[in-house]
Amino acid sequence: MSTASAALAPRGRFALPPGATRGLAVLVGLLAIVLPLMFDPLSGFIDDAVTALAYVIMALGLNVVVGFAGLLDLGYVAFFAIGAFTVGWFMSSFYAGVNIHVLVAGPVENLPGIHLNFILVVIIAAFLCALAGTLIGLPTLRLRGDYIAIVTLAFGEIIRVFAVNGDTIKIASGATLTGGRQGITPVDQLKLPFLDPFTQLNLRPWYWLVLSLVFIVLFVVIRLRDSRLGRAWIAIREDEVAAASMGVPLVKTKLLAYTVGGAIGGVSGAFLAAYLNTVNADQFAFSFSIFVLAMIILGGLGSIWGVVLGAIVLSFVNNRLIPDVLDSVPGKLGLSFNLTDLGFGIFGFLLVIVMVLRPEGLLPERRRQIELTEGVGTDESVYEVRV
Amino acid sequence: MATTTPETPAVRAPAPRIVDAARAFAQRWGLIVVLLALPVFYGIKDLTGPGDLSRLAQNLVAGLSNGSIWALIAVGYTLVYGIIELINFAHGDVFMIGSFTAAGLFGTIGLTLATGPLGIVVGLLVTLVVAMVVCGSLNVMIERVAYRPLRNAPKLAPLITAIGFSFILQNVGLLWLGGSPASVPDLIHAQQDVFTVLGVTVQRADVVAIAVTAPLVVAMTTFIARSRLGKAMRATAQDPDAARLMGINVDTTISLTFLIGGVMAGAAGLIYALYQTTIWYFQGFQAGLIAFTAAVMGGIGNLKGAVLGGLIIGCIQQISDNRIGTQWTPAIVFAYLILIMVFRPQGLIGEQTREAG
Repeated sequence: MSTASAALAPRGRFALPPGATRGLAVLVGLLAIVLPLMFDPLSGFIDDAVTALAYVIMALGLNVVVGFAGLLDLGYVAFFAIGAFTVGWFMSSFYAGVNIHVLVAGPVENLPGIHLNFILVVIIAAFLCALAGTLIGLPTLRLRGDYIAIVTLAFGEIIRVFAVNGDTIKIASGATLTGGRQGITPVDQLKLPFLDPFTQLNLRPWYWLVLSLVFIVLFVVIRLRDSRLGRAWIAIREDEVAAASMGVPLVKTKLLAYTVGGAIGGVSGAFLAAYLNTVNADQFAFSFSIFVLAMIILGGLGSIWGVVLGAIVLSFVNNRLIPDVLDSVPGKLGLSFNLTDLGFGIFGFLLVIVMVLRPEGLLPERRRQIELTEGVGTDESVYEVRV
Repeated sequence: MATTTPETPAVRAPAPRIVDAARAFAQRWGLIVVLLALPVFYGIKDLTGPGDLSRLAQNLVAGLSNGSIWALIAVGYTLVYGIIELINFAHGDVFMIGSFTAAGLFGTIGLTLATGPLGIVVGLLVTLVVAMVVCGSLNVMIERVAYRPLRNAPKLAPLITAIGFSFILQNVGLLWLGGSPASVPDLIHAQQDVFTVLGVTVQRADVVAIAVTAPLVVAMTTFIARSRLGKAMRATAQDPDAARLMGINVDTTISLTFLIGGVMAGAAGLIYALYQTTIWYFQGFQAGLIAFTAAVMGGIGNLKGAVLGGLIIGCIQQISDNRIGTQWTPAIVFAYLILIMVFRPQGLIGEQTREAG
């Protein structure tokens, strides 16, 4: 007890008053809304910010599976892939053999292929990914922690193999499953009701679209965390056997974690495909799963605000800092490589460093922080501190 | 499984006896049926078609020699899992570093296609030893830096650092030889036929792979079964706390386990370089997953199981390469991994870990 309060005391001094966290969140939200007005509509900063926010959604989804429910998912890229392919299938001229148009307007109406409204596509993507999440979850139900990691990894790799080689799978006359390495491009211009079509010439609408998606996902995730289901997830993460004996239905609860996490990943995947205007099989590598995992570990497993921060930081490191700012540093030091080549080595290094030095992440979740600093179940102080 | 999942009423209610019987059957024979599916299917296909079974036998021979590489790597996974219950994700990349070391050493000590037979044998032995030492010490170093500080942390923590190290090693490989596959001099004339029995050709690569693997595996199992240190390893795997009380230095024993795993991976790296004659930085990721599948198939923690699993997965991979197409092989192997997890998570022989009891 005494050691615990000593360790936590300095943090207590900096703690904000109860209402301030919410006020701060609103302030940051408002700032995020007006942010693009301060930059040129074509600036690289907005481009980076759009990508970063899409990664925030992705990381929030993975956080449900890994952070809340404690199921290490190493195949999260599968949901990126499925979400992106939903856009490729239902929002492009890829299947030129058929003519289906639902709630679309403008030049798209005259193109062959399947063309659905983006909102419909996002819903389909979320649904397909939820389904895939359940399917991926099923074989892992009986397995223990690290086996789950491997099985999800295997699923992610299988989906990648299908994405890469899908151009050799014929599903109907002349139509193939995926575009393979060539990718499916271009996809339809985004058009939402009451708004002008989205173009690559003005990135602000993209930014606001993805920001509103972030707000929706944040709302869903926060409400879920504080719900009965969220508490069940955390109970399973802490101790599966104890949770089961307290009446938490393990199968249903775990599957729901995969379902929710998958659906959120699908939304982000669909958005990214529309934004990048291509669905390319090479995007769906294992390293992307690790990239997203690194975000939530850096931010703090299970901590929603930490995950948002981690995703923004890593996304900027990956898209701006490494390729633009620091790329020539090794060259200046007389080394014959660019820092871009080291991208994933840097993330690997980051994973190791964070895990060894600050396993609770930048903005830790309180429960996990106590666990990591005090050890699980070895000390009554776990209960005392929380009072 | 130790962590038994209590069945929910929703799953349990509509389960009459037939379903239970089917489930019991699937538990017992499901994996074996799944494993036999590929060879039997293609055997029947060959027999009904124009050919005989020689093509299948050829696949199996190539599969066994290929599988001996996976077996060597799988041993590393299974040893480490048996003792600290961690999937050493970086193990595949340690194997990759082994290949790179071997290939680099060929150039350093001047092994080329022009070297005489005696020179090649001696040179390869030197390379083998160096690759083994490098990989062994690398593995021990990784354990010291990335796993030991986290021994009392939640179980996901060391797994995540293992992934981190895997990426670091891949990047080392990327900087070492670049992003595209590099070719290795075909020192042993891997494709040259040695003999042919019943239409099945055995190539030099097959002979070398088996000739290196078999003695290593025998030496290692003997070491673990007979020596004092091996006994300490088994004791630590069974119960680290009790082992510590009995005066065993648990940290040293764990380091030793990583050393042995790394040594095997180094040997596998050399064989792979000679066998495939191309190496690249990403080979470790693929190989690691295949070998892990092998370890799980045999029953993780179980040495014989890892070797058996390696040989089986080698055959599956070879059949898939030859019949379905190389680009689909990863999907096939991973599908097998998932099927094993569904039907028999404890593996063919049964796992020997603390959690398995």
